[in-house]
Amino acid sequence: MDKVLEVKDLEVSFFTHAGEVKAVRGVNFEVRKGETLAIVGESGSGKSVTTQSIMKLIPMPPGKFVGGSILFEGQDLVHKSDREMESIRGKEIGMIFQDPMTSLNPTMKVGRQIVEGLMKHEKISQSDAKKRAIELLDKVGIPMPDKRANQYPHEFSGGMRQRAMIAIALATKPKLLIADEPTTALDVTIQAQILELMNELQEEFGTSIIFITHDLGVVANVADRVAVMYAGQIIETGTVDEIFYNPKHPYTWGLLSSMPDLTNEEEELTAIPGSPPDLVNPPKGDAFALRSAYAMKIDFEYEPPMFQVSDTHFAKTWLLHRDAPKVEPPPIVQKRIQYFREKKQGKGEPNGSR
Amino acid sequence: MFIYILKRLFFMIISLLVIVTATFGLMRAAPGGPFTGEKELPPAIQANLNAFYGLDQPWYKQYFDYLVSIAQWDFGPSFTYKGQTVNDLINNGFPVSFYLGMEAILVAVAVGILLGTIAALKHNEWQDYGAMIIAVLGISVPSFIIASVFQYFLAMKLGLFPVARWDSFMHSVLPALALATTPMAFIARLTRSSMLEVLSNDYIRTAKSKGLSKNVIILRHTIRNALLPVVSYMGPLISAILTGSFIIEKIFGIPGLGMHFVTSITNRDYTTIMGVTVFFSILLLVSILLVDIAYGLIDPRIQIAGKKGD
Amino acid sequence: MSKQHINIDDIPIESLELVDVRADDAEKITRPSLSFWKDVWMRFRKNKLALSGVVLLILLLFMAIFGPMMTPYNYYENNLEAVNEAPSAEHWFGTDNLGRDLFTRVWEGARISLFIGFSAAVIDLFIGVIWGGIAGFRGGRLDEIMMRAADILWAVPYLLLVILLMVVLEPGLTTMIIAMTITGWINMARIVRGQVLQLKNQEFVLASQTLGAKTNRIMNKHLIPNTMGPILITMTLTIPNAIFTEAFLSYLGLGVPAPLASWGTMASEGLPAMRYFPWRLFFPATFISLTIFAFNVIGDGLRDALDPKLRK
Repeated sequence: MDKVLEVKDLEVSFFTHAGEVKAVRGVNFEVRKGETLAIVGESGSGKSVTTQSIMKLIPMPPGKFVGGSILFEGQDLVHKSDREMESIRGKEIGMIFQDPMTSLNPTMKVGRQIVEGLMKHEKISQSDAKKRAIELLDKVGIPMPDKRANQYPHEFSGGMRQRAMIAIALATKPKLLIADEPTTALDVTIQAQILELMNELQEEFGTSIIFITHDLGVVANVADRVAVMYAGQIIETGTVDEIFYNPKHPYTWGLLSSMPDLTNEEEELTAIPGSPPDLVNPPKGDAFALRSAYAMKIDFEYEPPMFQVSDTHFAKTWLLHRDAPKVEPPPIVQKRIQYFREKKQGKGEPNGSR
Repeated sequence: MFIYILKRLFFMIISLLVIVTATFGLMRAAPGGPFTGEKELPPAIQANLNAFYGLDQPWYKQYFDYLVSIAQWDFGPSFTYKGQTVNDLINNGFPVSFYLGMEAILVAVAVGILLGTIAALKHNEWQDYGAMIIAVLGISVPSFIIASVFQYFLAMKLGLFPVARWDSFMHSVLPALALATTPMAFIARLTRSSMLEVLSNDYIRTAKSKGLSKNVIILRHTIRNALLPVVSYMGPLISAILTGSFIIEKIFGIPGLGMHFVTSITNRDYTTIMGVTVFFSILLLVSILLVDIAYGLIDPRIQIAGKKGD
Repeated sequence: MSKQHINIDDIPIESLELVDVRADDAEKITRPSLSFWKDVWMRFRKNKLALSGVVLLILLLFMAIFGPMMTPYNYYENNLEAVNEAPSAEHWFGTDNLGRDLFTRVWEGARISLFIGFSAAVIDLFIGVIWGGIAGFRGGRLDEIMMRAADILWAVPYLLLVILLMVVLEPGLTTMIIAMTITGWINMARIVRGQVLQLKNQEFVLASQTLGAKTNRIMNKHLIPNTMGPILITMTLTIPNAIFTEAFLSYLGLGVPAPLASWGTMASEGLPAMRYFPWRLFFPATFISLTIFAFNVIGDGLRDALDPKLRK
């Protein structure tokens, strides 16, 4: 499969009064055609900065590319001018944001907000663009699209607005869609509908998706592969099955154990203690060590490399060193891994990969 | 929409009643006022006053008659000018004040929005600091000082404009500029902060993610939304221009209603003060109502037609 | 910086032992949490313009207190032998048309202008907090009536009402302050009410209500500290407004009566003499402007410092 996007050693910093905030510290990943990559992490882990860097939506200054490259279909976006980016944004790469409430212009009709992007990138007349906008609204499941196109965002419900956002993002059939926590602000039932819609449209258009979320529960339903981010770095990456059945990094264990709504059984959720490190002065060694129950002396001296677990599975923890003590994930994580396996067998379909 | 306007009209009339009543009550209490007869007046004026206010009648009759006259757009005689009514003063003076005021509003709005937009787009650069220093100065220096300084330097020293009087367009330039300075500074600050707020909104990022160019984003998505608070400033703007005109007209010797009002204050011409105050109040309340209705029409988020008619 | 690479095979085996660090060290990495006001002060301090406003204001207050004592003159005594003198070693700011020392009068005027400003702000605050606090906290019908009344009064054009009052009532400081506060409090009342309404339903207030705290206690302990920010901003912007209005009224001949001198009266007396004795306008005008400038930038600085949206 060919790569749509390849991010290499990306480093992005914000230069503030307090000093250089190293928000992204050497990130590597790739997105292949038609697949969905989920980037998971706490807020402040750098996942949004990473994806907004791809679109060059980071305000500069204070933001700055410190190093690395972003290859989109072989072209490095880091060195593109604003002008050149305009023909990529919205045409080649579309984006959906977290809060549909604030992501649409409140004083512009929804139809017009779709038409706008179409007219910019395709040579079509106003009336044709309008027709296309109505078709798109219909496609994303908005009833009475011709009437809805003439309404303002405040006349839409939250789920409808997110559907409209998807229509905007997919209007020009982009090769890559970046969805930045697209369901976080929505009700659970609507979340499911939006995810299903995204899956359908992905199959139809063959779009690759980068799906950002802090919620591992959502990941299982949408992603092919998962990258877990912590403190501006990817600390574990693998297929959905690998991350869910065979997680290796203590931080991933922490995320798995703090995941709500998995089972009907009553069980405690364990929050990860502490908070992400200050990225002005990132800690020496393993950034997660101070919050980890499995920290070793070396974690405070040297940053771990990416250890290979399988062809597709990598994790950045000294625990994978051949001389490291063999530790098992905490019981709650083991229990959950067990649960995923049972669910998968019971349903007879893989949980997450389609 | 209709119900909303009716409701607003109702409260406007109550406010007007409060103003008229307060004016009437204060004038009755004024020493040497029209109702006390402490002052020696020329017989002709005394006769006018008697005819209009019915000074031999009890106070509630006077009050009621006064309300009726106001409703009939009759503001009564002048206390000090023989044969002049307040209506004459308004008819002579208001067109002049209106012309001057409109010119000042145009300058204030145009320059204010321009300065504010530049400052917001060049946030934290020298253009921003420059525009905001101008704005803070405009707010900090009282208009009579600005007017005098303009008059002194631009008219007397440099001779670029006439010093005073009201004959041609050139005569109106300096007064209009002086009158516009303070509201212009307010508008510039308002535009700037509102632009910055809009620019930080998520939908600007959405617009950017569609690939729209910077200029399109500013014109189509930013300025329009940023100007909504400026529209709601139009009410206070009109009132600032109005009160500003008292001073500016006096300094530049412009025969507008503002100057008549100031003269009537100096002469303690109570009936004129009373009549012009009521006239100004009506003018302001009506303009503010119109501005609010306009605002409701411009901003789609405000549904004054709907059930939330408040 | 943290990227120090080591050959995987060189790692000494003992450094691969588990250590328990979480309990004591986990909290160290979080940024020290600042109290709200400390945080506000930190941000305010970074705003150089606002800080210069504070310095300016302190200087002005200092001179208002001690300025008149620095000269052998007083503000009311005429000296017809030294009329309209330019600034000199004898008269630092020159003299006016009655030979009064302008330096003394300017700082005497500062007292009056600042007194008017501060009194107006304090009275506004007093009425506004009571009115808005009660309306917001009680809510319901009472709130409706109180705020409607305020709306109607608010619609009365402020300066016209002030002029009317000044024309009719006996001229003087008290009259002026009454005239300014008669509708000035409404703004404060609205802000207080809005804040109270917003806070009233927040968890911590509901919590203390369920714990049986008395209304007074809730108001004092929770609401008032939380509404301080917007109130402070409004007050800082009321003061320059009052000083402005005072100057305006003085210009209309409705200022404080002679021989009292406010900046407004001095400036309007100096205006006609601008061509020949510019210092008579220059000094009072400059200090009015500086004072209003100081309050405005302090108000702006406070607003920026208090706005949690900008908190990063």
